[in-house]
Amino acid sequence: MGKYLAKRILFMFLTLFIIASITFFLMKIIPGTPFASAAKLPPAQLEIMKAKYGLDQPVPVQYAKYIGNLLQGDLGISFQFNNTPVSDLMFKRLGPSMQLGAQAMVFGTIIGVLLGIFAALRQNTWVDYSATFIAVLGKAVPNFVFAGLLQYFIAVKLGWFPVLFWKGFEYTILPTIALSIFPIAISARFMRTEMIDVLGSDYILLAKAKGASFFEIAIKHALRNALIPLVTVLGPLAISLMTGSLVVEKIFAIPGLGEQFVKSITVNDYPVIMGTTILFAALFVVIILVVDILYGIIDPRIRLSGGKK
Amino acid sequence: MENILEVKDLNISFHTFAGEVQAIRGVNFELKKGETLAIVGESGSGKSVTTKAIMRLLPPGNSEIKQGQILFDGKDLSKLTDRQMQKIRGKDISMIFQDPMTSLNPTMTVGKQIMEPLIKHQNMSKAAASERALQLLKLVGIPKPELRIKQYPHQFSGGMRQRVVIAIALACNPKILIADEPTTALDVTIQAQILELMKDLQNKIDTSIIFITHDLGVVANVADRVAVMYGGKIVEVGTVDEVFYNPQHPYTWGLISSMPSLDAKEEELYAIPGTPPNLLHPPKGDAFAPRNEYAMQIDLEEQPPMFKVSDTHYAATWLLHPDAPKVEPPAAVKSRMRKFMGAK
Ligand SMILES: Nc1ncnc2c1ncn2[C@@H]1O[C@H](COP(=O)(O)OP(=O)(O)OP(=O)(O)O)[C@@H](O)[C@H]1O
Ligand code: SF4
Ligand SMILES: [Mg+2]
Repeated sequence: MGKYLAKRILFMFLTLFIIASITFFLMKIIPGTPFASAAKLPPAQLEIMKAKYGLDQPVPVQYAKYIGNLLQGDLGISFQFNNTPVSDLMFKRLGPSMQLGAQAMVFGTIIGVLLGIFAALRQNTWVDYSATFIAVLGKAVPNFVFAGLLQYFIAVKLGWFPVLFWKGFEYTILPTIALSIFPIAISARFMRTEMIDVLGSDYILLAKAKGASFFEIAIKHALRNALIPLVTVLGPLAISLMTGSLVVEKIFAIPGLGEQFVKSITVNDYPVIMGTTILFAALFVVIILVVDILYGIIDPRIRLSGGKK
Repeated sequence: MENILEVKDLNISFHTFAGEVQAIRGVNFELKKGETLAIVGESGSGKSVTTKAIMRLLPPGNSEIKQGQILFDGKDLSKLTDRQMQKIRGKDISMIFQDPMTSLNPTMTVGKQIMEPLIKHQNMSKAAASERALQLLKLVGIPKPELRIKQYPHQFSGGMRQRVVIAIALACNPKILIADEPTTALDVTIQAQILELMKDLQNKIDTSIIFITHDLGVVANVADRVAVMYGGKIVEVGTVDEVFYNPQHPYTWGLISSMPSLDAKEEELYAIPGTPPNLLHPPKGDAFAPRNEYAMQIDLEEQPPMFKVSDTHYAATWLLHPDAPKVEPPAAVKSRMRKFMGAK
């Protein structure tokens, strides 16, 4: 297992390196400069600016420098925010986004999985229909609509929770609920289908033939098997949640990543764009690893083949 | 001998979009203590539905026991509550299914799966159950049980998995073991081993077995009595010798002729002409009549009752009516019958 992990981590770094390189060259290809807004600057001034950021050097030199810095954890300095280091900028904003994402993920999956199980066990009853309704709602209605509704009714009207800002746990509750609607919908639908599938399988019939009760069949035999495919969906879902939801962050005035990323793209702030891309990529590969480890925990068939490597 | 199970006038239907499928239409049979009853018949004849009904494992949504009784220990199983039935399943009556590759839970160790009925039905402690699971694995011939008990099903071959399934089924020394084509999915040598094992275990714990198979060769090997099913009914029942030496029903003749024999090279393999009846609209007369070269007028109009051949041998064919013309089984059947008994 240790050897397997080491190998996986090595590959993770390789993947990140390739992604960093691709991002770098893409930045070189796309039109526009960070100084576009200052287009009226005299050429001489522009040259001075470019020299300051190292943009006057040949591309291979820039690339080597960029990778060199990257290896030391230096993501460069932002063009737009008064030359603040990109890493400082990002990490300050990463916290809220990650916390929100993680909370929404955990809460959403637990609720969704439970809903899916009940729907499958009580197929074609009102329980099933209500779960389906919630799932369709969660998938069809964008999360910022929920965010707006929650903010208006629960925070403004009822005053149960704060309306805006990011100052403590109670500030996170409404945005978490708004963000968790989607994972609830996805995992409920997924879980229902899988559970029904598993409940129709031969080993469930054998479990019944052994005299297992309804409850034992659902929990001891079906649940774990039905969870296996869900793990695959959860990875990408977790990433999209943790990397920040622009609109929800905006609605609740949360200083998160999503907002910053979009701003940097509009002003061609190369270092911030690249930094964020690399951060997202890093999150992605880490989550893929976590998903694979989770797979191994849930599914013995994978655990052993992984362990032998 | 004492009857442990009596099935009386069982009628089962499935409600489908196309209409009511009358899968079982008046099945009667009994199972004696310690005997092996084989049920044979072509695909769709109702073998699995009959045995699943005994276990009450038919899909609850669309199946219905329209009529009849399933008497076990003086109780009618078809009337029990789910809870009462759970106490019987796996303890008094257990079941082995066709496909060992999919019958075991892939995410549970083999040991746990064997221990489950022990803990449930016999109130054993975990330690005692685990001890007994080890014994059972040894009993069904799995080498290194101490190691195997902690493993998962994917680490076992098909034959080994079927042994595990048998160990689970036998864990509580059931009074009845229902085996629904337990060897069909296995290759021939493993089949023979599994059959040997089942016979062996039957002697040890004195279980009654209902054995479903397509393979008449297997029947000759393991069974005491045979019931031949066709179109949701039992058309002939008797001891193995009676049914194989002296078959009365033209469908049984067809089954025997269509069975491959060891020196089948020279002969053309016989196939019963036509297709099984459509149980959505069962025919008025005998369901086998359209495929039967000996069919008479009455066969199209009225279903034949069970005619008695001997105290243990019955067949539902009008040919046994005293007024019917005398019909001899075809020569091919006779030569097959002799070969069978020779091979046994
Ligand atoms: N769930 C179901 N819904 C509708 N019809 C069913 C269902 N299960 C079985 N049947 C019907 O019942 C009849 C008997 O099926 P059964 O499975 O008992 O056949 P079998 O004798 O076991 O055949 P095989 O040798 O292929 O296993 C068939 O006509 C089948 O179409
Ligand atoms: S009852 Fe008639 S149709 Fe049916 S098997 Fe006998 S002879 Fe053939
Ligand atoms: Mg069957």
